[in-house]
Amino acid sequence: MTDIRYLAPNTLDEAINAFASAGSAARILAGGTDLLVQMRSGAVKPGLIVDIKKIAEMTAIEETADGGFRIGAAVPGAVLAEHPRFGKIWPGVLEAINLIGSTQVQGRASAGGNLCNGSPAGDSVPALVAAGAIVTLQGPNGRREMPVEKFPAGPGRTNLLPGEILVSFTLPPRPKNSSDAYLRMIPRTEMDIAVVGVGVSLTMKDGVCTAARVGLGAVAPTVLLVEAAAKALIGSKLDDAALNAAAAACSAACRPIDDKRGTIVYRTKVAGVLLKRTVAIAAKRAKEN
Amino acid sequence: MAKLHVSTTINGEPMEFLCEPGDTMLDALRGPLGLTGSKEGCASGDCGACSITLDDRLVCSCLMLAVEAEGHELQTIEGMAHGERLHPLQQKFLEMAALQCGICTSGMLVASDALLRKNPKPSEEEVRFWLAGNLCRCTGYDKIVRAVLETASEMREAAQ
Repeated sequence: MTDIRYLAPNTLDEAINAFASAGSAARILAGGTDLLVQMRSGAVKPGLIVDIKKIAEMTAIEETADGGFRIGAAVPGAVLAEHPRFGKIWPGVLEAINLIGSTQVQGRASAGGNLCNGSPAGDSVPALVAAGAIVTLQGPNGRREMPVEKFPAGPGRTNLLPGEILVSFTLPPRPKNSSDAYLRMIPRTEMDIAVVGVGVSLTMKDGVCTAARVGLGAVAPTVLLVEAAAKALIGSKLDDAALNAAAAACSAACRPIDDKRGTIVYRTKVAGVLLKRTVAIAAKRAKEN
Repeated sequence: MAKLHVSTTINGEPMEFLCEPGDTMLDALRGPLGLTGSKEGCASGDCGACSITLDDRLVCSCLMLAVEAEGHELQTIEGMAHGERLHPLQQKFLEMAALQCGICTSGMLVASDALLRKNPKPSEEEVRFWLAGNLCRCTGYDKIVRAVLETASEMREAAQ
């Protein structure tokens, strides 16, 4: 490991210059809870490590002028949990991020790292998809934005261009009686990789669901936005017929793998079951908001 | 390549050390710094035996680069006792036999201390969740959890 270079620039421009010029051997360091494990196992041998935690924008949590939130890509889960308002407005996003790893891991791990790791089973991703988060990327050719669901390209792959860095997540303002929730199915009771993960965000008005988004994880090469499930919920009173239709839409969207954690049949069925449970939690929270 | 020079604060004392860019904080603690209380169990963030605090936040020192310590404040197990006087958690772990082989103990103590600073009155469930990232290979969890709860109770009484 003696030929690694380490940089901790104070500005995004410096970080991008160094990162882009080092090419494919460079790695971004936020919390390091994936990177250091990959280095230790020999899976990754970075020539350059760019630590982005000294860049203010990367570690900031801001409420935007329109009532939304902007979260720096390197904000650790434990820091986000301590924000006085974020968890009240986005409890589903927060619970998804806080499910990642132990207390120690939460002290370092970030939603940005979870997304850039490219795992189809990353817990924060379905909740961020449901929330309608927009990611801001910056590279040698400037800034651009994309919906978070467009970011993953496949297991371990993303749509970042060479030299591009994930800067932040922007979450939209919340209408009254809106909330969200995230549930995952794991073989253990805690600290495991999702077999299925479901994020639901919805808005209720007079008992009717007026807006919904559904993110589905660990059942396809990337986390999915399931528009058919949202469509089944919108306009309904979240009655059994609507829930059954949304659950069927989630199961229909599944293209999972068979592995030791869950079979294709199991994952496909559980996706529908979890959808119903997650909707119930999000709807209860929305009514209380 | 030349080693990197790092200036940091460990257990309240200014410290300097040299490291390779790829060294973990645990490598630096157990190597040049000679602070061998933090243990290497898994070296992948699963076992918590290397737990320290970084600016008062609990982390695994095996998942942190040594060079990241520059300008920050670290607390390790070595800073827990005041001279000969053990921290109440250490004393209670002894009294209640909350350790067997001892490999997890420094991590358990550092993590428990971080919990009680944040939450002086944790429920049993909160203790178990907080310590879920600290593995005890002897599986002596019950005594550890009871010792943390008992210490919390005594520290609250003492504070009144």
